[in-house]
Amino acid sequence: MAEAMLAANRLTRRFGGLVAVDDVSIELRSGQIHAVIGTNGAGKSTLINLLAGELIPTSGSISLRGAPVKHARPHRLARLGIGRTFQRSNVFPEFSTFENCRLAAQARYPRAWALHERATRCRASSDAAARALAAVGLTARGQVPAGLLSHGERRELEIAMCLAADPTVLLLDEPLAGMGAEESQRMLELLRRLKPERAILLVEHDMDAVFAVADVITVMADGAVLASGAPEAVRNDAAVREAYLGDTL
Amino acid sequence: MDLQIFLIQVLNSIQYGLLLFLVASGLTLIFGIMGVINLAHGSFYMLGAYAAFVLSGLTGSLLWAIVLGVPLAVVFGYVLEWIFFSFLYRRDHLQQVLLTYGLILVFEEVRSLAVGDDVHGVTVPAALSFSIPLGSAMSYPVYNLVISATCLVVAALLFALLRYTRLGMMIRAGASNREMVRSLGIDITFLFRVVFALGVALAAFAGMINAPASSVYPGMGNQVLIICFVVVVIGGIGSVAGALVAALLIGFVDTFGKVFLPDYAGMLVYLLMAVVLLWRPEGLFRGTAA
Amino acid sequence: MSGARRILPWLGLLALVLLPALAGKFYVELVAKIMIMAVFAMSLDLLVGVTGLVSLGHAAFFGLASYVLTLATPDKYAAASLWTSLPLAVAASALLALGIGALALRTRGVYFIMVTLALSQMVYFVFHDTKIGGGSDGTYLYVKPALKLGNSVLLDLGNSTQYYYAMLGLLLLTFAFLRLLLASRFGRALAGIRSNEQRMRALGFNTYAYKLAAFTLAGAIAGVAGYFAAVQFGFVNPEMLSWHQSANVLLMVILGGLGNLFGAIVGAFTFVLLQDLFSSMTKHWLLLMGGFVILAVMLLPGGLTRADEAWQAWLARMRRG
Repeated sequence: MAEAMLAANRLTRRFGGLVAVDDVSIELRSGQIHAVIGTNGAGKSTLINLLAGELIPTSGSISLRGAPVKHARPHRLARLGIGRTFQRSNVFPEFSTFENCRLAAQARYPRAWALHERATRCRASSDAAARALAAVGLTARGQVPAGLLSHGERRELEIAMCLAADPTVLLLDEPLAGMGAEESQRMLELLRRLKPERAILLVEHDMDAVFAVADVITVMADGAVLASGAPEAVRNDAAVREAYLGDTL
Repeated sequence: MDLQIFLIQVLNSIQYGLLLFLVASGLTLIFGIMGVINLAHGSFYMLGAYAAFVLSGLTGSLLWAIVLGVPLAVVFGYVLEWIFFSFLYRRDHLQQVLLTYGLILVFEEVRSLAVGDDVHGVTVPAALSFSIPLGSAMSYPVYNLVISATCLVVAALLFALLRYTRLGMMIRAGASNREMVRSLGIDITFLFRVVFALGVALAAFAGMINAPASSVYPGMGNQVLIICFVVVVIGGIGSVAGALVAALLIGFVDTFGKVFLPDYAGMLVYLLMAVVLLWRPEGLFRGTAA
Repeated sequence: MSGARRILPWLGLLALVLLPALAGKFYVELVAKIMIMAVFAMSLDLLVGVTGLVSLGHAAFFGLASYVLTLATPDKYAAASLWTSLPLAVAASALLALGIGALALRTRGVYFIMVTLALSQMVYFVFHDTKIGGGSDGTYLYVKPALKLGNSVLLDLGNSTQYYYAMLGLLLLTFAFLRLLLASRFGRALAGIRSNEQRMRALGFNTYAYKLAAFTLAGAIAGVAGYFAAVQFGFVNPEMLSWHQSANVLLMVILGGLGNLFGAIVGAFTFVLLQDLFSSMTKHWLLLMGGFVILAVMLLPGGLTRADEAWQAWLARMRRG
């Protein structure tokens, strides 16, 4: 069985009186796409923020390849191989699409003290950026300022930036939101190609996409886990059906 | 240090702290609600002091000077917000810093043209110009006690306003979430104007009431401004309670610092700020309005 | 427009090179002073324009270096050697910047502005209240530092023309260094921090470390400017560390335009020349200055080096009616 790359145990996060994430345990294994679904307010984005280090858990623990990382800040987790995308595209609008990816790749090869070398001549980051853009299909738009991209293109850039640093764990927050049918299909194909050797967490609303590509599904409601397991088992779970009464599963 | 001197320093600390609170509360509310950094806030304190000088000279009474001066300050604040500050809300912090810095220069020179650059004194009202004996050898000026008492009353009124009135509720809501207030349909323009006028009036009042106790001089606005920034940093932006705690803390540190370490007194307040920041980078009471 | 934009800097450089041959001592010394301020302004542009850190306490690093030079020259019989006193002064400024930055960078946004102001005020009080640098009166630089190799004098900093060309050299060196920096990986990371710091962190950049490095470097360059300002002025007092000085240099940067380094140079020239002009017109020249500041920030938020963009935008608004 593939080892757990990122595991969270009994994760809880409170905001004053509100419990946003309630006793959630989740494992991301190499070679798997683990989807997390739930209604708005179910705690999915908070969960990603906890796993990515943007929020500190009120209680519970997180471990990366067995080592505890509960209080690690985002930049340390990113250096340890965790990449994430944001629910609302969080790019560098004044830079070109290519430069966005190059900067993302530079995080892996910072060499900040090499003041005499031009950044754009850095082969390592430029090549990684080109590969990432090609993977999402944005090569032709490389020189366009990221702020001028269409919504769907910006979601693609969001993924490309995550890929440029070549992470081993991907935390994707609604990557398909606002994408057309063709773009979504391309994205799902990409995720299937990335799966081997990587652990992928996919938070999504698009049920068709989730059932098409996920190996494991966790359903959240009111911050807690409602059910978790293989897609068919989740689809037939009574509690899940009740919570999603009327929703097409 | 014997008990009487200690008591005098305590009273001085409270007086200084409460005055700082009056000026800083306006600053923190304007920051918290309108998101504007206003370097000219110290100028309102200075203008209040000079207004007290001019008006008490004209009317012969400090009380009348204050009675006339405070409404003037309110109107001044209201108009200033309308013609100048309302343009700052959309601008970034850097532009706000420079625009309000330009305003300081303008205020200083207008004051210089109108009243000159001399240092002035304002006479303490005759009825209050005696001292209370403390123990056998020392005494304390009654007027200073009056300053503290008045500031305390104003502070209490401010807290009552924030806690028990509808306006206060809007202010508190605005201090923690500007967008929500807008979407609740509250007339944000009016709210901003009122808050600004309130801030100006508080600072000006502090300047007026303290004028007899210290001198009225050109640089007084700038000095109080920077200390008020420290109050706001320590207390937390938008928090009036935080401003009170921080102001009193600074009052004590500065006053006792001058007694024990006169050469380094000027730096102690900043050291205090540094210590607080190491522990809590967003101030002691971050995010709570009152 | 872009043809003019490319030619203008070279014309400016030509004018600066030729100035001592064309103008009298007064103007040579004035422009030398402006060039020092331009170096000071460029160091702040690194912080504000490139990294997005609005510091209202940059004068502390400028003034400290001035004091270090003056204190290293205790009497008129022993000139400090440039080889030792300059690195000493710059190191002092860098160290102070490291200390202040380490603390101030724990805060963000408006807090950061206020904290840089407050901490530099603390430095001001150290020199104003204590006897270290002569208190509020300041102290004289008894003899200018000497740049010697063995026994021969390489550069006489007391000679106006030599001093002028030395400052021109310093200006060009600083400009070239910062341009190189901006194009490097470090510089791109700073630009990324200004654009979207949260994303930079999520990508794996330790943004605190980058900001602190930029802050320290900016402080060091400000120290270089402060050192040579003391050399020219011959006198140092706490006002060189005051927040008015910090606000002035901030104004220079925004006046000229952020982030492109040219703006800092243009801003320095504009500010100092205007200051001289206004103060020769009236005793209450601060009123004119204040009014000018307000107008400039209101009408040209992008600064003078982006004036053509502002003009185009205004024209477009007029056409739309």
